[in-house]
Amino acid sequence: MKRRLNWSVWAGFLVSVLAFVSYFLFFAQFPVTRDFPWVNFLLFGAAAVLLVVGLQRAFGRASSYRGKVSGPILATLSAVILGFFCFGVFVESRQLPTADHAPRVGQKAPPFSLLDTNRRSESLSELLSSPIDASSAPQRGPKGVLLIFYRGSW
Amino acid sequence: MGIRPVAISVDTPGVSKGLCQRRGYTFTFLSDPQAEVIRRYDLLHRGAGVKGHDIARPAEFLVDSSGTVRWINLTEDVRVRARPEQMIDAAKALQ
Repeated sequence: MKRRLNWSVWAGFLVSVLAFVSYFLFFAQFPVTRDFPWVNFLLFGAAAVLLVVGLQRAFGRASSYRGKVSGPILATLSAVILGFFCFGVFVESRQLPTADHAPRVGQKAPPFSLLDTNRRSESLSELLSSPIDASSAPQRGPKGVLLIFYRGSW
Repeated sequence: MGIRPVAISVDTPGVSKGLCQRRGYTFTFLSDPQAEVIRRYDLLHRGAGVKGHDIARPAEFLVDSSGTVRWINLTEDVRVRARPEQMIDAAKALQ
């Protein structure tokens, strides 16, 4: 009798790949799925279930299912993908300098002057004193400035 | 709320302009290509950019109208940034 395709190991592997790439392509956009990647871990969990079922078929019911070779290979690759994901999420993204000498609460923010997207120079004192909406009256400066330093696209 | 958001990175004005157009951002984006201000704020992340460029580590500072820092968020994980509601709470505390 021809043995059947062990779709479960292939599906498990594909779900592992999806669990990895969907974080960077999609779930990282939303804080609720980015800060702790629970959706992606659920997907890795689903992949593990599929792989375990597939391996049981390959080795426990070898007369009716294929996958004795592909099963262990795909399971190992899936584990490697999970390893890379955990490394990226729990190790690499925490490799940050400590910023021990960053301005603290109560200190004056260091002054600066930089170009905006129209190549116009903007200083911190101007940002603190010029009105946010030039058309609205009364013409007052903002209550504060929120400086957001970000990594950028380099 | 009367709070002016200002984004700062090593991106050139042209790159930031493209980002603003794509994402529809209308607030101020400043360019610090030599990371001088980023260094002054002790936020330099050496070699973390493409081809080993120095970039800024993520950080947020709320500065009041007298120029005094009133709230800081220094994340320990590049994936975890200040949430809008955290920043709004900090801004409310200013008034």
